[in-house]
Amino acid sequence: MKKILFLLLSLCISSSFAQEYFPTNTGVKSSKNNVYAFTNATIYVTPNQTIKKGTLLVKDGKVVSVGKSVSIPTEAQTIDLEGKSIYPSFVDVYATFGIEKPKRQGGRGQRPQYDAARKGYYWNDHIRPDINPTSEFKFDDKKAKELLAAGFGAVNTHLEDGIMQGNGMLVALNPNNTDAYRILDKKSGNYLSFSKSVKSRQSYPTSRMGAMALLRQTYLDADWYANGNAKNTDLALEALNNNKNLPQIFNAGGYLDNLRADKIGDEFGIQYTILGGGNEYERINDIKATNATYILPINFRKAYDVSNPFLTDKIALSDMRAWNQEPSNPAVFANNKIPFALTTHDLKNVKDFSTNLQKAIARGLDKTTALEALTTIPATILKNNKIGNLKAGSYANFLITSGDIFDSKTTLFENWVQGAKNVINPMDIKDITGNYTLNVNGSTYTMAITGSGAKQAAEIKKGEEKINSNFSFANDWVNITLREGDNFTRLTGQLDNKQIKGTAIDNNGNESKWAATYTSKIDEKKKDKKKDDKTPEVFGVSFPNIGYGNAAKPQKETILIKNATVWTSENNEVLNNTDVLIKDGKISKIGSNLSSRGAKVIDGTGKYLTAGIIDEHSHIAASAINESGHNSSAEVTIEDVINPNDINIYRNIAGGVTSIQILHGSANPIGGRSAIIKLKWGENADGLLYNNTPKFIKFALGENVKQSNWGDSNTIRFPQTRMGVEQVYIDYFQRAKEYDVKKKSGQPYRKDIELETLAEIINKERFISCHSYVQSEINMLMKVAEQFNFNINTFTHILEGYKLADKMKEHGVGGSTFSDWWAYKYEVNDAIPYNAAIMHNQGVTVAINSDDAEMSRRLNQEAAKLIKYGGMSEQEAWATVTINPAKLLHLNDRTGSIKVGKDADVVLWSGNPLSVYSKAEKTIIDGAMYFDIEKDLEKRKAIKAERAKLINMMLQEKLKGGKTQAPKKKTQKLFHCDTE
Amino acid sequence: MKIKLIYSLVCFLFLGNMLAQQTPAPKQTQDYSIEGATAHLGNGEVIENSLIMFSKGKIEFVGSAKMKIARMGTVINARGKHVYPGFIAANTSLGLAEIDAVRATRDVDEVGTMLPHIRSIIAYNTESKVVETMRPNGVLMAQVAPRGGVISGTSSVVQLDAWNWEDASIKTDDGIHMNWPNAFSRGRWWMGEDPGLKPNKDYQKSIEEFKDFFANAKSYLASNKSTKNLPYESLQGVLNGSQKMFVHVSGKKGITDAVNTCKELGIKNIVIVRGQEAEKVADLLNANNIPVILERAHRLPNGEDTDYDRPYRAAKLLADAGILVGLGMEGEMERMSTRNLPFYAGTYAAYGLDKEKAVQLITGNNAKILGIDDKVGTLEVGKDATLFISEGDALDMRTNILNEAFIQGRKISLESHQTKLWKRYSDKYKNQ
Repeated sequence: MKKILFLLLSLCISSSFAQEYFPTNTGVKSSKNNVYAFTNATIYVTPNQTIKKGTLLVKDGKVVSVGKSVSIPTEAQTIDLEGKSIYPSFVDVYATFGIEKPKRQGGRGQRPQYDAARKGYYWNDHIRPDINPTSEFKFDDKKAKELLAAGFGAVNTHLEDGIMQGNGMLVALNPNNTDAYRILDKKSGNYLSFSKSVKSRQSYPTSRMGAMALLRQTYLDADWYANGNAKNTDLALEALNNNKNLPQIFNAGGYLDNLRADKIGDEFGIQYTILGGGNEYERINDIKATNATYILPINFRKAYDVSNPFLTDKIALSDMRAWNQEPSNPAVFANNKIPFALTTHDLKNVKDFSTNLQKAIARGLDKTTALEALTTIPATILKNNKIGNLKAGSYANFLITSGDIFDSKTTLFENWVQGAKNVINPMDIKDITGNYTLNVNGSTYTMAITGSGAKQAAEIKKGEEKINSNFSFANDWVNITLREGDNFTRLTGQLDNKQIKGTAIDNNGNESKWAATYTSKIDEKKKDKKKDDKTPEVFGVSFPNIGYGNAAKPQKETILIKNATVWTSENNEVLNNTDVLIKDGKISKIGSNLSSRGAKVIDGTGKYLTAGIIDEHSHIAASAINESGHNSSAEVTIEDVINPNDINIYRNIAGGVTSIQILHGSANPIGGRSAIIKLKWGENADGLLYNNTPKFIKFALGENVKQSNWGDSNTIRFPQTRMGVEQVYIDYFQRAKEYDVKKKSGQPYRKDIELETLAEIINKERFISCHSYVQSEINMLMKVAEQFNFNINTFTHILEGYKLADKMKEHGVGGSTFSDWWAYKYEVNDAIPYNAAIMHNQGVTVAINSDDAEMSRRLNQEAAKLIKYGGMSEQEAWATVTINPAKLLHLNDRTGSIKVGKDADVVLWSGNPLSVYSKAEKTIIDGAMYFDIEKDLEKRKAIKAERAKLINMMLQEKLKGGKTQAPKKKTQKLFHCDTE
Repeated sequence: MKIKLIYSLVCFLFLGNMLAQQTPAPKQTQDYSIEGATAHLGNGEVIENSLIMFSKGKIEFVGSAKMKIARMGTVINARGKHVYPGFIAANTSLGLAEIDAVRATRDVDEVGTMLPHIRSIIAYNTESKVVETMRPNGVLMAQVAPRGGVISGTSSVVQLDAWNWEDASIKTDDGIHMNWPNAFSRGRWWMGEDPGLKPNKDYQKSIEEFKDFFANAKSYLASNKSTKNLPYESLQGVLNGSQKMFVHVSGKKGITDAVNTCKELGIKNIVIVRGQEAEKVADLLNANNIPVILERAHRLPNGEDTDYDRPYRAAKLLADAGILVGLGMEGEMERMSTRNLPFYAGTYAAYGLDKEKAVQLITGNNAKILGIDDKVGTLEVGKDATLFISEGDALDMRTNILNEAFIQGRKISLESHQTKLWKRYSDKYKNQ
């Protein structure tokens, strides 16, 4: 019954070239017979269901049935595939096929654009969920051919532009038909990314964290809109709500961003499918914890050309390592049972897809998983059971191969899409391989034909001498050109029972007969010997996966430091010949003659033990610092963009730093929220963050926020004067106050992340650290805060703090300053190195900070300058980098001094920690040893050895003829306050 | 009314004083004897309990305080303190810019690529507020060099207590500075290129352009010079050896290419500036008597897996390789940071360099490299009495606290715009 129904249905749509209701003017109305039976093949119905000697029956673009005993209708064309295999054609879920990427609008140096250009849509142009690419789609024959040759039968394509990019469409790669048939699904999947639309110049968001905040606010607004709260129509939010149930596919593009995308998804109950970047193996447990299905590119990097030692020195170990490790990425996913699809995305050349896939398989990716990644997983992602398998009713998208599809020797003959044939390599090419005796014009040669299919090639010898020759075999014709000296002989011929025979034309145009007689089979073993099948050594990952990373994460230990001079940072106390016991991550005992069973004993004789340095103002370990697209960006948080792979973390612990506040930059009066972290080198972003972290936000005053040094085109954003800055604050706090009142009243309100954050400040739950220089504006901000009944927590930089230290003291604000920076801009003309001392003398809590990746690793020296400038005592100076910043960060009950019960964040120094001659020798955080000057030497040796090994491997790769790329130096962006 | 007027007058005077810089000290008329200090001579030697005497701007005696010799003039008891020759900062741009972000105050980088005729000395601002902050840290002399281009221009060496640039000059037009082309260049991201550093395709071409420039200059100098060519004319000094050629370059390959090219062009006195990795080509440098002006120690390592302390160890590596090393300033915030010169030397000492050798970096060695060692750089009889007394070790920020400083025997002010503000606001709170 079912079958009859199916037959009836398929009769309705019979012609494959023109819709059946379209008029015909070029002949009589005819229909084509579209029934094929493929017999005797090994059929992969799904990666896990194989039928040996099976039959696949296809009609009108769909699979009718598949199995061992399929009754073949009489009208079917039967194709015998004895010895061959049938696979479902591959599906690429992340494609831009047929949809041109838009070009960037406008040139550089234009005035910035702050408002959305699209009217009737969301307030931000980069949110474009309403984009439906069908109107822009143009079937790309050239690209289709490449993809078909790589085994793909369908792609899910979309317009890759914007943060919310709109929906995708599923297209069969069927060049034999029109869009009317090959568009399988007009709305398949909703696409997102962190990158802005190039169609709009709207500034916001300028940063990764801004993009994240924007996504959150958009989801909140969509919800609010769905509940009918908006007074206006918003086509973008409407589209977003309408497409809610589509698969959500996020182009994140790498380990860190994958986690960031997933985090947003989790907050809104959305499980994104994530397009990765190929480095996920570095921290696969974090990747697994996302519970996401991944789409993985396999654009493995080429080896670096390391033949020039000068240039090779510049290549980072991590880059060389990535060359070695990247091909293992899919296998690592498979071994960890993380579902993934594979994509051609990011590949410069689609032709590399199969070679790279074979590389991945050589690294242990099992072939069933590989096939799933190209068929059933993409189908699952798209919630479409008609692709990626050959079950009855599915699209007749399948591959005919000479054997195992993932074997380099296998030939892909045909890629059928929607029941139409696409020939990749002719299937009926005879196998003429073998050794032959070739007789031409009285001369005798030997000829060895090797290879397979269209790729068969011949080597011709006369005795032992190799003859210069050309050979081709196509459409059953053999063509050979022989060259001996200046004499050319051209041969054409055909196979005739173990012989190839034909006509030869010599140099003089004389014709004669020639024949090649089969003598023996090619010795396959001999050929294989040449191949070096040894799998290369794959280097293990470290945490983080760069030089100086830890092979294993440091663990808490019981450590007893004996007989050290201890600067406790508690009431300027110095304890001579003192023991300190560290246990369970805490400072357990301070005293003399301490002992503890099993403790690791460190002799501190002649050395100094202090609390770890705390940097109140740092910009290391972050992937972004400024969201400069708006004058307030309280909605963004640095916690979203922590980069645990920054080598500056290691350099900081080598300088005795144990905790830092990563502050937002100073691009706007109201900046973003801080991340406060411990420098536990090797932990992931979450592992670095403090538990129950105090909440902070960066504010900024002065030249940066009024864009004084941003060039002449940046003169339109409010505020451009200090007068305007005050109004920005009053306006925002007033709105936050009103918002909070409304929220607490129980009335419906539009949830606004920015105002929520500002309300936290008013409610004394979040603290301000404000970038500041000139006394007038410092005074102003204190007055604004007082007007809203809260206090500023910290003025950071605060270079004119000395001019109003009394007012600061009265307000109760701390100062975190530079020791001696000045003269870099007009507002620091009156910055003096005595600033810290004067503020300190007035009773202000003073810290010395860095704002700089270089200075942060020697803050002990910066603190020492306070003795020179202003005559602070050693203990007072030392407090400015330990307990004082701890106080300013509300962490002084946990860290910042050596006190029983506090976190064991301590540093052992070779001498007086304030002396230019002293070094940090051991840095302990939460009772675990994160830096040890002796271990550091071991790491140096290991780096040298690993580099040498990798360089050798790359040299070998080059010798073997592998492609290489020019050496490249890894460059890292170093952030300061005013870094965009 | 009267009171108000007086008040305004006082205010005006006070403010006036605020704006003007320290008055340069007059010529030495009073002799001095500094007794009892630990004297760091700047040549590696130390005299404990020393006696140093100077008169009319010149050092008359350097020896032990135990010497039974008549003390000259005012005796300064410096027991427990330290005396150093005035520190010399090489390769600075002091006095050529005041506030980085304010374009009007910048006179550092002239338009053009081959500018040997550009002279820093005439733009050197003796009234710079930045310059006066050098002296309380012991930095009393500096080489002032233009920046930018391939040949940036001609530098001069000045002392930091003067009415005008003529008074300031210790050695006018001491050398020409050139920036060796970079072996690496960065992709232009805005044109869709990978922003990473890649080998510079134009490296060789840039070297050829530099060679051409010199070749043309040489033919000009050999000609009758009927039409005067200012840039070529100003290359005469480096070709006849009367001026030094300061080549700013890092990396083994760059240094090797630079030295070989300069030799080939007939440049006599070559100095390598920056010189990271110079120790790896020590043989070449030593064979040609080429010193290195190293950068400040406070730098980040070059590469991700470069040793964290590699910049700190640089001086030790060079000194061990037998290279004459000095210390200079170039890069971010270079002018205001020049006052930290002693602490860079101190950091080099912390990482392996002998302490007195670290002192030498910024005294004797810099003087030799800049060609002013006949006058300054060490505490030796006959040399300028340019020296200072510090409470303690001047390479350590804790103890670099200056009591007195002398330039050419003139007792200079250790005040600055900054110390004045310090006092003014300390007083404000005291009097409240």
